[in-house]
Amino acid sequence: MRRRSGRRRPNPLLPFALPLCLICAVPQARSAEIVADLTSHLIAIGSGFTGASVVLFGAIEGPADVIVVVRGPARDTTIWRKGKVAGIWVNAQSVTFNNVPSFYAVAASRPIDEVLAPNAAALYRIGTANLKLEVKPPETPETGRRFADALITEQQRAGLFGESPLKISFLGERLFRTTIAFPANVPTGSYLVEVFLVRDRDVVGGQTTPLVVSKVGLDAAVSDFATRQSAAYGAIAVVTALVAGWLASLPFRGV
Amino acid sequence: MDVYLPIAEVSLNVFVLLGLGGVIGFLSGVFGVGGGFLLTPLLIFIGVPPAVAVASSANQLVGASLSGVIAHWRRGNVDFKMGFTLLLGGLAGSALGVWLFTALRRLGQIELTISLCYVVMLGVLGGLMAIESVRSMLRQRRPGGFPRKLHQHNWLQGLPLKTRFRRSKLYISALLPTGLGFVVGVLSAVLGIGGGFLLVPAMIYTLGMPTAMVPGTSLLQIIFVAANVTFLQAYTNRTVDAVLAVLLLIGGVIGAQLGTRFGTRLRGEQLRFLLSLLVLAVAAKLAQELTLRPHDLFAITPEVG
Repeated sequence: MRRRSGRRRPNPLLPFALPLCLICAVPQARSAEIVADLTSHLIAIGSGFTGASVVLFGAIEGPADVIVVVRGPARDTTIWRKGKVAGIWVNAQSVTFNNVPSFYAVAASRPIDEVLAPNAAALYRIGTANLKLEVKPPETPETGRRFADALITEQQRAGLFGESPLKISFLGERLFRTTIAFPANVPTGSYLVEVFLVRDRDVVGGQTTPLVVSKVGLDAAVSDFATRQSAAYGAIAVVTALVAGWLASLPFRGV
Repeated sequence: MDVYLPIAEVSLNVFVLLGLGGVIGFLSGVFGVGGGFLLTPLLIFIGVPPAVAVASSANQLVGASLSGVIAHWRRGNVDFKMGFTLLLGGLAGSALGVWLFTALRRLGQIELTISLCYVVMLGVLGGLMAIESVRSMLRQRRPGGFPRKLHQHNWLQGLPLKTRFRRSKLYISALLPTGLGFVVGVLSAVLGIGGGFLLVPAMIYTLGMPTAMVPGTSLLQIIFVAANVTFLQAYTNRTVDAVLAVLLLIGGVIGAQLGTRFGTRLRGEQLRFLLSLLVLAVAAKLAQELTLRPHDLFAITPEVG
């Protein structure tokens, strides 16, 4: 769907916007041109969690396109390649990358290559091809590239990297919205949602908004306890199993 | 109805987990083994990370074995002295096993080790059980049959530190059960199994214990070894999912009671033959997975601290 046809009515703000635009020719100077927010800044993982989605909505001034990038907390990630050794398949070679986003999704109002120049997309790291995964030494850049592609494919298969950009739809001329879906295996931590305003094949404005994915309730308590007080957690896990086993044998006492 | 497992970090259906526990419990009731050797591969199959599957199986085993020991103890079929002698070796073995597990996990080879150990152990054991059960079925058809000795003696039983085990009517070296416990302890930590399927035949054939005393006594030592493994895995690797273990336990206990009742209707040799087929099938499946070209040559491993 191509938004912005030539037949649209003149924007009433246009007489004011034009001179302002000329004054502020520097990109990103007028960030008020775009405002966006999430319906919720917290994704709570409770015991019934099977994935969640968050609606991002916002408004822009004047004709433009919008691109949204959602990035999960960065982690060092190791990927293994299997090889055949003595007739069986074993993990043979591994490469570790620094600071790989644990989640990555892109949404756009139109196909990215139609609205944004490749160098701009690379600058703002929009799209999985522009992630610039840094390989940890001593691997050669060539090995790094090969494994980086595999890493992206693996993450896509796990549902953690978006395969193709999600759709941003416009309600009228200015209001836009998109739904970002998170699978059940979504990593926890602080996420960053970047909203880019795109005009004339370049990024002209933007806004970032945080999103937190966190375990809540009993699950949070269990996993928090298991990490911080691992010895006590181990002891409690044993005692819980013993009590459960003992309780289970009670109804069958007479058997 | 899905439930989110806090340590495994996946959502799984509650009824699948209860059912899985039930099936394993049923098998353990029928055959008198823990069923851990089937539980761990099945958990991995439904999407639980292998490291979490191994550690949580050990946790589940603590409860399941206690429940089993109570049932055997009521019938007077537990040799506590033998159980604690096995345990001496078992605790040392499980500590070594957890250390080995951590080292292999860091090297990215834990999954391969788990699969290889299963193929070798299940293959050998399943084969031996199949041969033995077929032989005894054939022997019973012949009139008369062979008279059997109370138990066999071998040079291993004559090692130093000879000890009397009154309940089992044995006078053998204490080093033998300790060594056996050690081997089972290592396997328990690396594979998340109680080792019942290994311990039970070894206690009958190597130690020469009376068959009736074996399941209760082996379960007694498994409680402590599994408890030690659970604690050490939780402490070093943070891979114990207590929510998963409790869900499996609930299904397991119900299954075990049904299995015990079903088991009494079958004859011993037939039972052992069926179990050997099951063991061989699991071994064949795992061996096939190791040798076939995987769908996916790449795999991401989580960072280990």
